[in-house]
Amino acid sequence: MDTALYAKRRRRNVTTMALAYGATGFGLSWLVLILAVLLWEGFSGLSLAVFTEMTPPPGSAGGLLNPIVGSLVMTIIAVLIGTPLGMLAGTYMAEYGRYDKLTMVVRFINDILLSAPSIVVGLFVYEVMVAQMGHFSGWAGAVSLAVIVVPVVVRTTEDMLTLVPDTLREAAASIGLPRSLMIQKVAYRAARAGMITGVLLAVARISGETAPLLFTALNNQFWSLNLNAPVSSLPVVIFQFALSPYKDWQKLAWTGALIITLAVLALSIVARILTAQRKTS
Amino acid sequence: MSVAAITVPTVTHSLSKDEELTEKISVRNLDFFYGDHRALKSISVPLYRGKVTAFIGPSGCGKSTLLRILNRMYDLYPNQRATGHVTLDSADILAPSQDLNLLRAKVGMVFQKPTPFPMTIFENIAFGIRLYERLSKSELDDRVRHALERAALWDEVKDKLGANGLSLSGGQQQRLCIARTVAVRPEVILFDEPCSALDPISTAKIEELIDELKDDYTIAIVTHNMQQAARVSDFTAFMYLGELVEFGETTRIFTTPNDRRTQDYITGRFG
Repeated sequence: MDTALYAKRRRRNVTTMALAYGATGFGLSWLVLILAVLLWEGFSGLSLAVFTEMTPPPGSAGGLLNPIVGSLVMTIIAVLIGTPLGMLAGTYMAEYGRYDKLTMVVRFINDILLSAPSIVVGLFVYEVMVAQMGHFSGWAGAVSLAVIVVPVVVRTTEDMLTLVPDTLREAAASIGLPRSLMIQKVAYRAARAGMITGVLLAVARISGETAPLLFTALNNQFWSLNLNAPVSSLPVVIFQFALSPYKDWQKLAWTGALIITLAVLALSIVARILTAQRKTS
Repeated sequence: MSVAAITVPTVTHSLSKDEELTEKISVRNLDFFYGDHRALKSISVPLYRGKVTAFIGPSGCGKSTLLRILNRMYDLYPNQRATGHVTLDSADILAPSQDLNLLRAKVGMVFQKPTPFPMTIFENIAFGIRLYERLSKSELDDRVRHALERAALWDEVKDKLGANGLSLSGGQQQRLCIARTVAVRPEVILFDEPCSALDPISTAKIEELIDELKDDYTIAIVTHNMQQAARVSDFTAFMYLGELVEFGETTRIFTTPNDRRTQDYITGRFG
């Protein structure tokens, strides 16, 4: 045995491991720092008023009720529009058109859409909806978020259905099950947890989106559920309040950021639990 | 004896002298292509009604491919095609007008790996029944019970019909799949290496089951295990490199094979 060769390999191993740990630590420390500051600043402003009062004018007390509700409403509508579209497209790609050219084209375009900057989505919806209607609106905001939801759901639906083993499809076919029923009763059931996870991840993704909403829903300082008018949302309020010179607005911006982060965290945990269940079942 | 001469077997085999054999499925001059690759070469073989026919041969010889033609399972995938004549009770299976779902309801299949559906044990069976029949709750219960009894699984699962099918052991899952197949009331059952993922005890149970099922069904089984073929089948077909080398009564194939390659294979000299 060549001991020099072995020693050299050991040294290289130690160096590489040190570099890998170092890089991990460096990356994580910033993440921890960001979360620590967010928790510190956010929790100090958290109170019941945040959830019960409207956004205040500078210098007076208030809360974040209108942007919280606005974000919830637009997110729900975006998911209601985006999920069926995304799931049907993903189903086509994984089940009906798995070997078709069209599927490859759609997958390629979907991947571009998946990584497209969200501000482009905002501009697009601004052009086709806001400019045509002549005013900013909650509907436009919801549609721009839906455009972001679709590629995420398409991707996870296709991936999760592709993971369903072909033997299960053959088994379904072998008792004379038509393909449509096989998809509904067997493939969807086998891929259910993963597909729901995809939707949750899409919600997490849009809950922090600011750019598309700036161009579409804009903002509203007052209580409004009229989706034909501008609607307030947490990310836009955070953007506006954080950049303001007023201390109390900045405080509310931190609190809003904390609320989004906790909501996304909760979604991620639920998604994790669901995927874990899929693996064990 | 040349291969060409034995690829068209005549209906002269008989197990007992007074027993008459009728062909439930008959395969004539069947070729099969994966893209440009010709995987089956001019296969002709009968599946006799109420008998078990075993297909043996080394890996890649085309025995599973042949089985998957009999219920047109290959139709799920692109670039695969079969030419020739395959008839089920004189109806052309390969005809483009053949309704695949009806064909597969008549020609059931059990796979190598157990494939229970992700639902309860009861639903795994009831699902297939409901597809083609409208039954009352009690009739459905009876049918599910009967299918599970037929698959020798009833006693093990009767108290947990609501449990997930995936919670059963591998051998139980495979018997659940057999029950599911039987429940649809097929005429033919295809077994594609049904025991290769199972332990010896589960294997013995499945073999026993196949023996019982042949009274009511025509059975084809693909197996790598020659002892299994010898134990469960009435007829055996030996395939090699996409050709049907020899077909005949199992007892004769395993004692006095006509072809040198058959003899080499069953004596373990290649494969």
